[in-house]
Amino acid sequence: MTTITASSVPEPTWRDGVRKIASSYLVRRLAKALFSIWLVATITFFVIRAMPGNAIDILMQDLTAQGVSPDDARNQAAALMGIDLDQPLPEQYLDYLSNVIHGNLGHSYRSAGLQVTTMITTVLPWTLFSVGLSLLITFVVGIVLGSIMAYKRDTWIDHLLSNLAATLDAISPYLIGLLAILFFGIIWKLVPITEMRGAMSSGMKPGFTIAFLADIFKHVRVLLLVYVLSSVGSWMLQMKSNTVATLGEDYVMVARARGLTDGRILTAYVGRNATLPLFTRLAISVGFIVGGSVLLETLFTYRGIGFLLAHAISERDYPVMQGVFLIITMSVIFSNLLADYVYGWLDPRVRISGEEN
Amino acid sequence: MAAVRDFLTSFWQEGVKTLKILSRNKMGLFGLLMTTLIIFVSFVGPLIWPPETSANVKEINKGSSPAHWLGTDFQGQDNLRKIVNGGKDIVTIALVTGVLSMLIAVIVGSFSAFIGGRVDSILMDLVNVWLTIPKFPLLAVLATVLALKDVVTLSVLMAILDWPALARQVRSQVLSLKNREYIEAAVMLDLGTPRILFRELLPNMMSFIAISTIFEMTHAIYQQTGLVFLGIVPYSSANWGVMISAAERRGVLFNPQAAWSILAPIAAIVLFQLALVSFARSLDEVFNPRLRSSA
Repeated sequence: MTTITASSVPEPTWRDGVRKIASSYLVRRLAKALFSIWLVATITFFVIRAMPGNAIDILMQDLTAQGVSPDDARNQAAALMGIDLDQPLPEQYLDYLSNVIHGNLGHSYRSAGLQVTTMITTVLPWTLFSVGLSLLITFVVGIVLGSIMAYKRDTWIDHLLSNLAATLDAISPYLIGLLAILFFGIIWKLVPITEMRGAMSSGMKPGFTIAFLADIFKHVRVLLLVYVLSSVGSWMLQMKSNTVATLGEDYVMVARARGLTDGRILTAYVGRNATLPLFTRLAISVGFIVGGSVLLETLFTYRGIGFLLAHAISERDYPVMQGVFLIITMSVIFSNLLADYVYGWLDPRVRISGEEN
Repeated sequence: MAAVRDFLTSFWQEGVKTLKILSRNKMGLFGLLMTTLIIFVSFVGPLIWPPETSANVKEINKGSSPAHWLGTDFQGQDNLRKIVNGGKDIVTIALVTGVLSMLIAVIVGSFSAFIGGRVDSILMDLVNVWLTIPKFPLLAVLATVLALKDVVTLSVLMAILDWPALARQVRSQVLSLKNREYIEAAVMLDLGTPRILFRELLPNMMSFIAISTIFEMTHAIYQQTGLVFLGIVPYSSANWGVMISAAERRGVLFNPQAAWSILAPIAAIVLFQLALVSFARSLDEVFNPRLRSSA
């Protein structure tokens, strides 16, 4: 047995202050996000520069094969990637990191003179728009259908929805996209698939006009549908199992015993608690959808960041490849940070246990 | 080694028992039979019915007919025959990636759970960081730079990128099992770590391991077909993924007459993925009585 006396409690020092800040939920998450970005930047550096058969070597070979002298090829490759090849590797690495921090991602190799940063900023909004919107729709649809499945457990509607969800979850998003084009666009001719290429019609002026919004919706609708179909299955199944688990909790039984209405139990007791764990899934889902956007945007010729990455890969445009990859990863990491923050705000238990550790 | 042998015997007995329960579950039985059939056809089929070597210009992009059940492709070759010959790569990739990533995950995950303390928390922090990185773009970039030539190297790369997510699940499984009475009893009886690990812990995790491996397999198929579509993995062999992209590049997607040659490989992949997943889901029901429907 230890007795706690007043003298055993130390005076708060600046160290405790630092420890308190370091253990705060948001700061820890932020540190983790920065660490992830550093990790990805480092991996990228190795892929470009340090690995055997790295991107700069390939780029130099490529240029030499086009008749550029080896020295010129070396200089051109270095200029495109924004790297000084004469420095020792550790210094190149530091330079590279500082370039990334300053948003200097080099120049495109195929589209001469274009800055990678500019190329990215013109396409990124479209991906954020389509992925964000589809995530929102998926989240809502998944929660609603998942709760229905749990409430109507073992009825025909549960069997139908469960099988549907399991099927959708099993099939690759890319195949769902192909099937959507084939059936909606070609065989049933429901949508004009060739007119839908790009994020908006040419000559359309961006702005908050109804014509513009209608146009971008027209271009994005099938892509949205495919995103939703390809990820809603797992949300539904998880929401179902969460709701089933919550329905068995004592507090739900007590709420029933107290004679609360079903609607109130559903919204205030079951729904809230069953939805909470789904927020941690948001993180994985964002990465999954953005990863899938590389394939789906290419398939639908939707000019977002996934399309840009696929394009850079097919042209072996290494400076664009590394830049786009970095930005894709950073956006996923930041949306994770946001999801973490929202989760901590919704569920105080997470925040508090974070502070105790 | 006795512990390992015991583990294998109990693994076999568990397997037989599982099959018995599974035969009562229609979806699971369908999944198991279909998976077995696809694997069998993919490896034995090419020996009996080797791929066509020449194009057949008279029979280009035909629909289904008694001579060609699944129609013909842009070279006039029989689609069914190409399907039979194109499964080996896909099955190999799925199996190698699934088993390898699960193996790494089981080793690292259970190690992390058993050691605990600082090593565990650092490992799990790293895993959590890794999980926030979108895997498909990373895989695409790495595969491009590495210029992969064969399916096994690609599978190894995918396994290396994918194991951390599985390791986290293994760890939480081990942690929840570690505190069960029978494990505590085994520790009290001082049965030795190998025996506890192979006789007590792993058999109780088998269903979980099998299910996660299967899900990883379907994921590997998705990634592989995606890489083919982006033109990163070479076209050398005619697997289902290559069939899809070849058809897509030939504009088959916009030619309703030729729909068979893109639908056939899509159907093959979808069928394989569905078979795997329905098998996995029924395993879940078999081992988790809470999910078993009352019927």
